[in-house]
Amino acid sequence: MTTDKILFDRVTKVFPGRRGTGGAVTALDRVTLGVRPGEFLVVVGPSGCGKSTLLDLLGGLATPTAGQVLVDGEPVTGPGLDRGIVFQQYALLPWRTAAGNVAFGLEAKGVPRADRADLVAHHLELVGLTGFADRYPHELSGGMKQRVAIARSLAYDPAILLMDEPFAALDAQTRDSLQDELVRIWQATGKTIVFITHGIDEAVHLGGRVAVMTSRPGRIKQVIDIELGDRDAQDDVRSSDAFRHHRHQIWTLLRDEVRAAQSAERPVVPEEARVG
Amino acid sequence: MVDIAERPTRLAARPAPTPAASTARPTLPGRLLGLGGRALHRSAALLALAAVWETAPRVGLVDRVFLPPLSEVLTAWWALLASGQLAEHVGASLTRSLTGLGLAVLTAIPLGLLIGWYRPLAELLGPLLEVFRNTAALALLPVFVLILGLGETSKIALVLYACSWPILLNTIAGVKGVDPLLVRSARSMGLNHLRLFQKVILPAAVPTIFTGVRLAGAYSILVLVAAEMVGAKAGLGYLVNYAQYNFAIPDMYAGIITISAIGLVVNQLLVAGERRFSTWRVDPTA
Repeated sequence: MTTDKILFDRVTKVFPGRRGTGGAVTALDRVTLGVRPGEFLVVVGPSGCGKSTLLDLLGGLATPTAGQVLVDGEPVTGPGLDRGIVFQQYALLPWRTAAGNVAFGLEAKGVPRADRADLVAHHLELVGLTGFADRYPHELSGGMKQRVAIARSLAYDPAILLMDEPFAALDAQTRDSLQDELVRIWQATGKTIVFITHGIDEAVHLGGRVAVMTSRPGRIKQVIDIELGDRDAQDDVRSSDAFRHHRHQIWTLLRDEVRAAQSAERPVVPEEARVG
Repeated sequence: MVDIAERPTRLAARPAPTPAASTARPTLPGRLLGLGGRALHRSAALLALAAVWETAPRVGLVDRVFLPPLSEVLTAWWALLASGQLAEHVGASLTRSLTGLGLAVLTAIPLGLLIGWYRPLAELLGPLLEVFRNTAALALLPVFVLILGLGETSKIALVLYACSWPILLNTIAGVKGVDPLLVRSARSMGLNHLRLFQKVILPAAVPTIFTGVRLAGAYSILVLVAAEMVGAKAGLGYLVNYAQYNFAIPDMYAGIITISAIGLVVNQLLVAGERRFSTWRVDPTA
């Protein structure tokens, strides 16, 4: 257990119901999950299963109701630059250029001004955006914005990268190419990545391991090791037998949960907005 | 006169199309013709107003004692300008309104930032702000005169009061309207409250704040002119009121025209400034 980079130790998160509506919502129920150093772990689950809550807890943006989240054996007490978050909606500062946004994290970290320019240029190059440094977010496509966001998170060099459905808002083509690039960046930088998604293909393609969650209350149903062989040797990983096998495996695990989630959502209380 | 005074600033505000256009497909004369046509189209209503103003009194549609033809008004305006009286009045008015507006900017923006940021303060002051905001500034003019006298202080104070509300309310709205995701993202990088404020909240709120300043600019002149009609010895409001008392009707209209010209110029300047500060918010040309 001590070899885990990240450890969710019987983590429970309960959101108190709004005053009047009553009914507290248990988003996570005694979740135990370890993430190894340098691993690419994908968390997949039906909508509303508490995936994002998991990530909020790890990012230090929320505190667990019970249990604890450990990073390098130390409990998470708040946000920190050892963990970088990439959000689905990019969260770029619209008044800053691409370079300015990448520099933002460096400023937060207190990197001296003189060293920033090189780091910014290097990380924009890493995500293939050299030449777009002076563009503002509104001048960039969705895929490019997400590249800037990834560059921003990588620039301040966190050991852990947390990604909350980062490609969900992109079109299929852009998503595929960004997935490939993310794998390349992961291999080049050796970060520990926790990647949240509801897409099965995405999970199989990216994950070294895939943790499948149950519908509410969120628990870890099963953790699957993904074996796709040598990625570089194959032209199209997504059409290999191993890929199809894993996809079916996860699909089967999820099918029951999706059904359960649907039947649970129909009659009762309105969706808790933050769970998802 | 209004038209002439105002048009240069409007052209200066958007110089981009003209130089670039000369190389574009239509020939230069054609382009100029198009530009002239557009200018004509845009000023047609103003020209029509001028024409009606000029002819209606002359043909006896209105009493030319109460509404002299535009040409007489412009002659009176020119006389006021030449004698230096107009400069004196404009100077007095602008000093007051700019002082009041400046003070409002200096006080209302920090106050608005505080109220927008600290929820308890907003809850505490909210009802009070509602009451004052809905009290017409001019209704308080007698109070200001009573307490601060007839001098400059009461006039500047009134402008300060009137200008504070749009700035204050827009600043509060700007701070509250910051995209929560940006705040989350910045918090995830461990920014403390002060840095978060400086690097995220403030820049995000600037366009909204500037909209408030633009509104306040219009108020500053509006309220001032009314204030100057009560116990002032100089200023455009005084000029208009005094001219009416002395039956110098062309002078009165000259004063009114000057007030609208200043209002237009101030607004154009502030609109240009607003655009400059919020290029990132709107999608300009992409």
